[in-house]
Amino acid sequence: MTPRPKQIHLAAHFPGVNNTTVWTDPRSRSQIDIDSFVHLARKAEEGLFDFFFLAEGLRLREQGNRIFDLDVVGRPDTFTVLQAIAGVTTRLGLAATINTTFNEPYELAKQFATLDHLSEGRAAWNIVTSPDAFTGENFRRGGFLDYGLRYDRAAAVVSAARRLWDSWGRPPRIDRAAGVFAADEDLAPVDLHDGHVDITGRFEVPRSPQGQPVLLQAGDSSAGREFAAGHAEVIFSRHGTLADGQAFYADVKRRLPAYGRHADDLKILPGVSVVLGDTRQEAEDNARRIARQQVGPQTAIAFLEQVWGTDLSGYDPDGPLPAVDPSPHATITRGRVRHDRDPVAVAAAWRARAETEGLSIRDLVIAETHRQQFVGTADQVADEMNRYVQSDACDGFILVPHLTPGGLDDVIDRVVPRLQDRGVFRTSYEGATLRDLLGSRPAVSFAAVPSGPSAASGPGDPGPAASSTGRRGPVGVRG
Amino acid sequence: MPSTPDPASWRPQPSPRPYPLVGVDLPGAGAHPQAWRREDSRAEELFGPRYWADLTGRLDAAGADIAFFPDRFGVASGPGTVRGRLEALGTAARLSTTTRRIGLVPTQTTTHTEPFHVAKAVQSLDHTTRGRAGWQVDVSADPAGYRLFGRKEVQDPADLWDEAAEVIEVASRLWDSWEDDAEIRDVATGRFVDREKLHYIDFVGRHFSVKGPSITPRSPQGRPVVVIAVTDQASRAVAVRTADIIRVAADDVDAAEALAGELRREAGDRELRILLDVDAHVDADEATAIRELAQLEEWAGEPYRGRTLLRVGSAASLVGLITDVGARPPLDGVVLRPLALAGGVTVLTQHVLPALRPPELARDDTTLRELLGLSRPANRYAA
Repeated sequence: MTPRPKQIHLAAHFPGVNNTTVWTDPRSRSQIDIDSFVHLARKAEEGLFDFFFLAEGLRLREQGNRIFDLDVVGRPDTFTVLQAIAGVTTRLGLAATINTTFNEPYELAKQFATLDHLSEGRAAWNIVTSPDAFTGENFRRGGFLDYGLRYDRAAAVVSAARRLWDSWGRPPRIDRAAGVFAADEDLAPVDLHDGHVDITGRFEVPRSPQGQPVLLQAGDSSAGREFAAGHAEVIFSRHGTLADGQAFYADVKRRLPAYGRHADDLKILPGVSVVLGDTRQEAEDNARRIARQQVGPQTAIAFLEQVWGTDLSGYDPDGPLPAVDPSPHATITRGRVRHDRDPVAVAAAWRARAETEGLSIRDLVIAETHRQQFVGTADQVADEMNRYVQSDACDGFILVPHLTPGGLDDVIDRVVPRLQDRGVFRTSYEGATLRDLLGSRPAVSFAAVPSGPSAASGPGDPGPAASSTGRRGPVGVRG
Repeated sequence: MPSTPDPASWRPQPSPRPYPLVGVDLPGAGAHPQAWRREDSRAEELFGPRYWADLTGRLDAAGADIAFFPDRFGVASGPGTVRGRLEALGTAARLSTTTRRIGLVPTQTTTHTEPFHVAKAVQSLDHTTRGRAGWQVDVSADPAGYRLFGRKEVQDPADLWDEAAEVIEVASRLWDSWEDDAEIRDVATGRFVDREKLHYIDFVGRHFSVKGPSITPRSPQGRPVVVIAVTDQASRAVAVRTADIIRVAADDVDAAEALAGELRREAGDRELRILLDVDAHVDADEATAIRELAQLEEWAGEPYRGRTLLRVGSAASLVGLITDVGARPPLDGVVLRPLALAGGVTVLTQHVLPALRPPELARDDTTLRELLGLSRPANRYAA
């Protein structure tokens, strides 16, 4: 019997606060209005996607000490939007990007457990870290965290949240006749202390349908990969070519056995966009048009300024790159990931590329900011997506539309049926929770332990990233 | 005893509607700690969406004005009462797409949370509800709550409320930090926003500092409705300065009227609504209500003592009480706290709310501020 081909997992990324999201298109709608979120979520559920994904940004981006005004700006609170969507969907997973730097683990655990209860088992947490003092200016905590400590704190916060979720070994016993609502043995006290976490008490939300939300991770450094191998059930990756994807896939999956985990327990889903046409030529024309919408003339100059660190508004976006070198230490961009390479070297490489390929400033920026795309007819895109998955470059995709809110309508209407025809995508939702859709087991195997505090110190305890914090002090659950 | 208010020092703020405001508090299984033991309590559903959607949906349809969702940190120490609760803002948000008219007011405490998170969450609730959001501000005085965060020493009430006042100030600045027309989508210049209409709030207080602006554009109400329950001098001082709705507790309606008059004088010219908390256990039939309270008290082993007046009896008597409150202008209405929530909502929606207001008055295109007769605040940063 032929084995069933690998099944593709798909997720919908709400359009972000950056130049990828095209707002100049007449079809572009509000990035704030709840109708936009509802539209994309309902469409994703119609398309039988695993989950709906919201990114995070806790300070408006700046360039040259001024708020950056060329891209979509503004977004609502993540939990609030996902809860609202939970009210109008029934099966779609709801993934919140929430950082571990500017949040308290007890409160986060309460918010996620509430989302998992009220969505009946559909909550996911995309764990991100931020050592950023710029963002910290909006928080009591401030920018206190050394860059090197960000995964230490992340691991401590995630571990603490898991201990809290696990502290209710089972649903509360409710015995009207005896007058008992949640006996003491239903919820263990928690006593967690290390350099980042200091919690003594009992957790106030009973065990949620998934026990704990699905965990996602988006970091790509070695520390990030190790963290994901120990904690995450999904990696939101960013690897453009088939070969790059395969190398990343192999590297991450081989880290899993050390944590007592199977390759299926961690899904790798790169963020990609899709551009369709009735013919390949039409699709490619569409892709070129979208790229030029994403990188307008002002955006092209602004992008260059991020490297040059100076005002380049006098340059013609359709002309050649500046002949002058950047100042080596200038940074004018805040609130987004910076170029961490030497700006002089980056500028030199860009000039060389522009010269070789005959590119204007705008062409060069388009070429340099190009993200992974599948471009073609619906059949071609379905084939290409499937090729990536079957050849172990990934397990599926987080689709990033360029339009709010209808940017995935075409993909869901036209590509999903072709994936179903190929036997590589579900034709109905099965199982009860998001974790069932992903077909993964959580990194901490609480399910194997029937109840009580021992569950939290069972097998599959957090990996190296977490134990590095453990050295600074005891992390334990008092039974 | 409070003196009779001086009519010259405050003036009634006319309600746009001919009936008193009715809010309903939704504390788990009910205000009585033993309410969960009743057969009709739905205790098994307290942590699922259906219970909350059903109760709030029925209150919405029956014309209740506001649903309050209390919250705090920590669980009860013994198993005799309900242990555990869902986070209130998440619960209210979950209901934002399944209700149409009712105001949704979760409690968010200011002692342990990040002011920026509180502000943007409430502001976002205003977006998801299209202008029906409020925020009941409270502090977490319980020492057990501090041990769940491990960040600071226990504070006294004055310091707690001083901090709460700073959080309210930060929130109101953040809510104004985008002018209403900041988003311009100007294709010619490539500018999505007019950054001259986005404002740093540059707040520096005794307890924390916040730079701003909000990550969220200004919401339908401009500023969501701020609610404070007056429980002591410290909360009272902040409430009269900042609250849009003040909740008061009192032993009877006369005392409530007097207190409300004082609060109005202290608030000066500010627009605000004052609602009297009423613990209630009513039934179509008075004898049933009395018998059921006796059962709750037997389970508890002690008489019920709330912090405000209690009405046990017929639905008609509660209607009478609410009507009486509505006729005393320093008061604008009530917040009903059903001792047993699931059964209580049924009585309220079948026998109490219909007697107070014709359902056709309920419009679902108004904001909570409009429903309360409060104007939309001007933006402090707008030229």
